[in-house]
Amino acid sequence: MLRLKLPSGMGNLRSFVRFISDFAQSHNLSGKKVREVELAVEEAMVNIFRYAYPEKAGDVMLGCEMNDDGQLVIQIEDTGVPFDITSIPEPRLCADIRNRNVGGLGIFLIRKMVNEVHYRREGDRNILTLIVYPERRTCGGPDRSSFLSQHGRRV
Amino acid sequence: MEVALRKEDNTVVVSVKGRMDSVSAADFEKILEDRLAAGETRFILDFNDLEYISSAGLQCILAAAKQLEPKQGQIALAALKGMVREVFEISGFSSIFPIYESVDAALAER
Repeated sequence: MLRLKLPSGMGNLRSFVRFISDFAQSHNLSGKKVREVELAVEEAMVNIFRYAYPEKAGDVMLGCEMNDDGQLVIQIEDTGVPFDITSIPEPRLCADIRNRNVGGLGIFLIRKMVNEVHYRREGDRNILTLIVYPERRTCGGPDRSSFLSQHGRRV
Repeated sequence: MEVALRKEDNTVVVSVKGRMDSVSAADFEKILEDRLAAGETRFILDFNDLEYISSAGLQCILAAAKQLEPKQGQIALAALKGMVREVFEISGFSSIFPIYESVDAALAER
């Protein structure tokens, strides 16, 4: 797993996002998917920057790798306040401007941008794992065109 | 991120180019706050050249909209595309803000 460890703080946000962006691009994720991954990492990082270390400074570790199933696995670790991101309720999406709340949106976007979100606490560490499935290459699936050319059209 | 402002009659057109992340959203917020303080109430956010947005940008827009509500003001969004469009739809913002395919279409509806 490739890792980047930096002090928690908004000043390091772009370094973290660039790190995951470069990795995703070098593994041929589409432009749109790369931005979705950037967003998930940004929202997770900003959450840590805001809340993990209220009293003392601390670091954040961002790790990434492609697993054997072609999935992008992202791991974000901090040693801050225990915080299970998966326990936060979804925001009210249908509320009008007056009733719409500001909170909860970042975490909600993380869930929507990646396929799996897992949290665990190990000793003094919060460990957040995000998994992105590989994109489908063609609408009909990889075998369709070869099947048709072999078997012709069925009436 | 680059922001350009222009006035079309009583409407401020805010054209944003590049990426609006949690860092640059703070600059965007200052620009909106400045126009609100100057008494502007009608805005079109031109996102034709915006490639990326995060929740910080959405919060700025929502905060400005909350300030405009008692003044019968309005924020309209124009030319959302790609992941920016996706984020607005997923977050439900598409149903609380008027959205247009282009700035011209938004101006025509005033």
